[in-house]
Amino acid sequence: MQRARVVITGIGLTSPNGDNLSSFRSNLLAGVSGVEFMEHRYIGKVPAGICHFDALKYQGRKDIRNGTRAGSISIYCSHEAVADCGVDWAGVDKSRVGVYIGFTEHGSVETEYEVFNISQFNYDVRCWTHHHNPRTVANNPAGEVTMNMKITGPHYCIGAACAAGNNGVIQGVQMLQLGEVDFALAGGVSESIRSFGIFAGFKSQGALAENADPTKASRPFDKARNGIVVSEGGCIYTLERLDDATRRGAKIYGEVVGYCMNSDATDAVLPNPVRQAECMRAALKMSGIAADDVDIVSTHATGTPAGDAQECKALREVFGASKNTRINNTKSFIGHAMGAAGALELAGNLPSFVDGMIHPTINIDEIDPECAMEQLVINKTQRLPRAETILNNSFGMLGINSCLIVKKIA
Amino acid sequence: MTKEDCKKVVLEIIGEIAPDENLDNVKPNVRLRDQLDLDSMDFLDIVMELRKKYGINVPEADYIKLASLDSCAEYLTPLFNRPKTA
Repeated sequence: MQRARVVITGIGLTSPNGDNLSSFRSNLLAGVSGVEFMEHRYIGKVPAGICHFDALKYQGRKDIRNGTRAGSISIYCSHEAVADCGVDWAGVDKSRVGVYIGFTEHGSVETEYEVFNISQFNYDVRCWTHHHNPRTVANNPAGEVTMNMKITGPHYCIGAACAAGNNGVIQGVQMLQLGEVDFALAGGVSESIRSFGIFAGFKSQGALAENADPTKASRPFDKARNGIVVSEGGCIYTLERLDDATRRGAKIYGEVVGYCMNSDATDAVLPNPVRQAECMRAALKMSGIAADDVDIVSTHATGTPAGDAQECKALREVFGASKNTRINNTKSFIGHAMGAAGALELAGNLPSFVDGMIHPTINIDEIDPECAMEQLVINKTQRLPRAETILNNSFGMLGINSCLIVKKIA
Repeated sequence: MTKEDCKKVVLEIIGEIAPDENLDNVKPNVRLRDQLDLDSMDFLDIVMELRKKYGINVPEADYIKLASLDSCAEYLTPLFNRPKTA
C-alpha cells in the first residue's frame, strides 16, 4: 500500500529543562538537568521534573482554574508548535485539523485532589466539584486544545502508558495518511507529578528514584541507579503530508518514515526484550533501512534496575553490529515525563539533523556491565559521524512497546 | 452581616472564580451574567464556595436568586445571619 509521506513541521514543548526546543536542546548539549525536589502531599520530598512554562501565555486564569494541568500543557505546546510551523493559522480549515495526544494516565491528579478536598469537609460529597467529570474524561487534554484554539476536527487522547508520546505521533501520521485530516497536532503530555499515587505506586514497587542531589537522581544505565524520577511535560508536533508542507514552503524537521507498536503479552510491569527487539526491527523494516543506517537510538530507559538492562538486551540484539549508530538517553536530564516522554525525547534529538551533535546520557559514574554498549554516549556530548536518522523507543506498562523512526529530509 | 457586606463576600467569591474579570464597577441591580463573563458552571462554583466557606447550602430551585448582587444580598444575608446550629 502506498502511504502518503508525513513530515514534522513544527514543535512545541515544555520540559523540566526548557520551555522551547532551543532552550531544551541547549541544556541537553550542555548536560544541564532539570530535576529538582518537590514537596508532595503524604509522601514528602521527592525528586521530580517540574515545568516552568507560562500557562498564562495562551490561557486566561479562569480557564486554568477550571481545566487541568494536562490541558494547560497541551494548549501551551500546541500554540507553540503552530507558531513554530509558520502556517497561516487563521487561514487553516479548522475542521480538517486533528488533535491526537498521548498520555500515560489521566484523572489521577484530579480525583486525588477532590478526595483530599472533601476530606477537609468531613467527606461531605456535596463539596465534590462539578468540574470533576470534564476534567477527568479521557479526551480532556485534547479537548481543551480544541476549545482553546477553536479546532473543530477530531480530537481524542491515546492512553498508552509510557509509550504514549510515540503513539500520539503515530496516530497523527496515520490519520493524515488516511486523509481523515489535513493537519495534525500530535504528541504526548504528562501532569503525573501532581498525583501522589504515581510516586507512591513506584515507591511500593521499589522503582522510585532516591538521591541526595535531585539532579543525580535520574541515572539510567548507571550501576547505582535506583528508580524513576517522575516528571511532567509535553511535546506536540505539527504534522503534515509532505506534499502539503512542500507546497507552502514549510520548514521540515524530518519525515516519519517508520514505526511499530506491539505488545509483550507477558507481564504487567517487567519489560520483554524479545518483543522490544521485534518492535524495533518491524519499524526498521517499514522504513526500509538497515540497523546500521540509524544514527541515533533514543532509548526509553527509565533508571530502573530491571528495565534498563532489558532494553539493553534488545538494543544489543538489533544494533550490536551497528558501528555507525550512537545511543543516548534523555530521561537522565529530565526524568520520566511519562506520556510526554517519547515525544519529548524525540524532539531533544531532532536538532541533530542540523547541528550534527548528539547529547549523552548523563549521571553515569560507573556503567552497569549489563548496560554496557560500545555505542552509548556517556556524560559528554559528541559529534555524530552522520546525522540523518533517529530511532526513538518508548515502552510502557502492560507490555506496550512503540518505536518511531524519523529521517532527515534531503 | 449587612447586605453590603454580603455583596462584598459574593464579589470576593466571583474574584476567585473569574480572576480575569474587572469587578470594580459591577452594578448591583444588573444580572451578573449580563455584565460579567460567567456561565452556568461559574454559578455552580459560587454555590460551591458558599457551601464550603460559609456552610450555606443553596437549593437548586433558589439559584435564580443569585442573579444579581442585589438579589444575592436579599437572599443570602438572612442565611449569613441565621444562628449557627451545633
